[in-house]
Amino acid sequence: MTTTTGAPSATTAEIGGIGHSIKRKEDDRFIHGQGRYLDDHVLPGMLHLALLRSPLPHARIVKIDTSEAEALPGVVACVTGEALAAHGLAWMPTLSGDTQAVLATDKVRFQGQEVVGVVAESPYVAWDALELIDVEYDALPTIIDPKAALEDGAALIRDDKEGQTDNSCYQWEAGDKATTDQAFAAADKVVSIDTHYPRSHPAPLETCGCIADLDPVTGQATIYMTSQAPHAIRTLFAMVAGLPEENIRVISPDIGGGFGNKVPIYPGYVVATAASLLIGKPVKWVETRTENLISTGFARDYHMHAELALKNDGQMLGLKVDMVSDNGAFYADAQPSKFKAGLFHVCTGSYNFPAAHVVTKGAYTNKAPGGVAYRCSFRITEAAYLIERLVQNAAYELGIDPAELRTKNFIRPDQFPYHSPTGFVYDSGDYDAALQKALDAIGYAGIAKEKEEARKEGKLVGVGISSFTEAVGAGPSKDYDIAGIKMFDSAELRVHPTGKAILKLGSRHQGQGHETTYAQIVASELGIPAADITVREGDTDNTPYGLGTYGSRSTPTSGAAAAVIARQLREKSRKIAAHLLEASEDDLDWEPGKFVVKGAPDRSVTIQDVALAAYTNYPDGTEPGLEGVHYYDPPNLTYPFGSYAAVIEIDEETGQWKTRRMVAVDDCGVRINPMIVEGQLHGGLAEGFAMSSMQFITFDEDGNCIGSNFTDYLIPTSWETPRFELGETVTPCPHHPIGAKGVGESATVGSPAAWVNAVIDALAPTGVRNIDMPVTPARVWEAMQGAKAG
Amino acid sequence: MEVSVTVNGADHTADVEPRVLLVDFLRTTLGLTGTHIGCDTSGCGVCTILLDGTPVKSCAMFAVQADGRSLTTVEGLKQNGQLDRMQVAFKEMHGLQCGFCTPAMMLVGKALLERNPAPDEEEIRWELSGNLCRCTGYMNIVKAIRYAATQPEGASA
Repeated sequence: MTTTTGAPSATTAEIGGIGHSIKRKEDDRFIHGQGRYLDDHVLPGMLHLALLRSPLPHARIVKIDTSEAEALPGVVACVTGEALAAHGLAWMPTLSGDTQAVLATDKVRFQGQEVVGVVAESPYVAWDALELIDVEYDALPTIIDPKAALEDGAALIRDDKEGQTDNSCYQWEAGDKATTDQAFAAADKVVSIDTHYPRSHPAPLETCGCIADLDPVTGQATIYMTSQAPHAIRTLFAMVAGLPEENIRVISPDIGGGFGNKVPIYPGYVVATAASLLIGKPVKWVETRTENLISTGFARDYHMHAELALKNDGQMLGLKVDMVSDNGAFYADAQPSKFKAGLFHVCTGSYNFPAAHVVTKGAYTNKAPGGVAYRCSFRITEAAYLIERLVQNAAYELGIDPAELRTKNFIRPDQFPYHSPTGFVYDSGDYDAALQKALDAIGYAGIAKEKEEARKEGKLVGVGISSFTEAVGAGPSKDYDIAGIKMFDSAELRVHPTGKAILKLGSRHQGQGHETTYAQIVASELGIPAADITVREGDTDNTPYGLGTYGSRSTPTSGAAAAVIARQLREKSRKIAAHLLEASEDDLDWEPGKFVVKGAPDRSVTIQDVALAAYTNYPDGTEPGLEGVHYYDPPNLTYPFGSYAAVIEIDEETGQWKTRRMVAVDDCGVRINPMIVEGQLHGGLAEGFAMSSMQFITFDEDGNCIGSNFTDYLIPTSWETPRFELGETVTPCPHHPIGAKGVGESATVGSPAAWVNAVIDALAPTGVRNIDMPVTPARVWEAMQGAKAG
Repeated sequence: MEVSVTVNGADHTADVEPRVLLVDFLRTTLGLTGTHIGCDTSGCGVCTILLDGTPVKSCAMFAVQADGRSLTTVEGLKQNGQLDRMQVAFKEMHGLQCGFCTPAMMLVGKALLERNPAPDEEEIRWELSGNLCRCTGYMNIVKAIRYAATQPEGASA
């Protein structure tokens, strides 16, 4: 470990290092409309791919006739599963060790599954041709409910898998059953909850797509792709398609939002690549919004049962969780191999549990595959939601204030590093400080009065708290991988002779502001102004290997790598500075941007002087240049946390509810650029609100996807989205070079429970303890009527 | 069919299939890729342009319907080498993250300020409600438009 931790040097506004809210470097091209997203790329001779998808959720394919489509002028080729099978490409591995059909050969297993690809001279012609393809299906029984899927005698969905006799895709557990049973035996009270975290979709405004350009002469494969993880994609493409990896270049251009949707490999990518290989021309595939929503990267869909054992005084003794996940037709989550349900076992949350036991069962159903970490670190959203809902219900059952119950059971600051009963080692935290700050801001002490006054106007007011802890920033590589590739990340820093620098990383931003924040990290470490540092990501030919951007891992891994390599270059700079100043290295003090001879403030050299000397006047025996690369394998995850408090009001007449206040107090450690941190939190809060209130994908009993467009899949607009109030505490991460923890997902993880708890709180006097998300007015109304009926 | 349009002050005439959407005409025929496609069912608004000064979703119109009309896209915001105040405001107020909805948001903001030079937050939020953003929670988009309203029209670095 070459890492040394410590507070970064304070820099001037001109240098713009850590802590400065400098304006984003990437914005200039975006405000000019000069972002270059995938679909903005046009290659000479480029053809267009469209995919015919199954209208049925479960059916045997009897016959596929593409002859009419092939005869349509402008159509170049039709690609079927059978044709791909001849090249060994009809099936592909998923990022969680399963297999997925690229184009269906035997049967279709979800509505929207890819069946035939048409390659044509224009997208319009490709779409026309889809209408001319005749596929005959023999319908099979459809299974929509994952619990029904796991029952004996359920129709077998994955009959393609040797030895698969039922619809179970995994069983996994964490914690210890025996000690948890003992804890429950000693309990005064056991409180339980059953709740469904509904299927959701990240739905970034740019859909997924690629352009595969395989040069038939040189064998060079250039693949432009909306990918959050271009290096991993390159390796997996080498493995899937058998292409030599040295000939594959994956370019992930500007990305119009990712949120986990752009981590997996999708069939369209593989079909486009195969088509380009076979035809010898570039092939572009860009999915429509409907294709995006019905076939790529859904998230959540966890049916959760949890029990909490407590003493009458509120002391938490143990937690039991039994969860069924609906994984759709293919287990296509992107999870580390060791953890079948991602990091869901962090569900003990912010509390000091002596014992916990978590059992997870995954089911295949006739729904789209996915299970992506939608703006969260491997299923942490579900975990945080579950424990925060359960704790509030426990407070009602015990007659203890929900805030007080949390405070009583929080892991205390002196308990860190804290070993959780399910195997995490929490690094740092001061949970009560964040909670008290949120309570103060929301005016918690005055809520009872607010409720009373609202009642006079026919409004039911409720307050909901969520005191969440995340585990983000995977690796360490000993525990975390994607499809076997270890989770570390990297940074390459080149300081040019004129003192300007370029920083290249293995991560890939999708709006997070890396081009600015990474530059600020280097600015703090080396004193080169952030304005003089260009950040590059996304092109595998020109960046060092890394696992990409998701799971709030970029700052914890690539950001750390950037700090470490900058420190290494600073140490090299010290040698050169000593040479220039004719002083000993030990006699030099470092001030941001310059080395100064101790006791002689007029004798100094700037980092820019040193950079020039590194190429023109370096000491004998020193390697020339000022460049380096560092691969950072984090010693642990990071553990951002926060406390959110929402106050909502329900209209008694209609069940309609709205947010009165939403206060979010976050602790993500050291904030690199406070403006960008706040922007991340705003976005996360909006998505948390979306999931709480309106955004979900469901299916009718025949397996039709309800939520296949933005009319049915509701995303809040500026009109529905509430205003957010932010607060912060800062507990630096003890093992990260600059003390940062990651923040991109905190609010999505933490906020849904606050909103739902607030609605439940408003209805709690009538005995309501659960409404599944999304908490629509209709569901609230139903709960109110149920409570009245008693 | 022949279609003649003025886009960002420049005249263009082209022969297009009647079914070609205006957004595809702008992006593919004219190469103006700052106008994006997010849903092609008029649900997201990232394809918004100004048609004779009024925001419209260019995926919900055929190119031929724009015949004889004047269009403004994001590429036309900068005038005489000067950024529009909306462009400046979005950067200053961190009103964008991934940038995909940004061209549309800026055009909607511009059209709003032309009708209503000093809108309050409610008015801005209502005006933006046809345009989705997944990154910002709209907070800083609203802030950017409010800030732009305080700046002199047209003039900026």
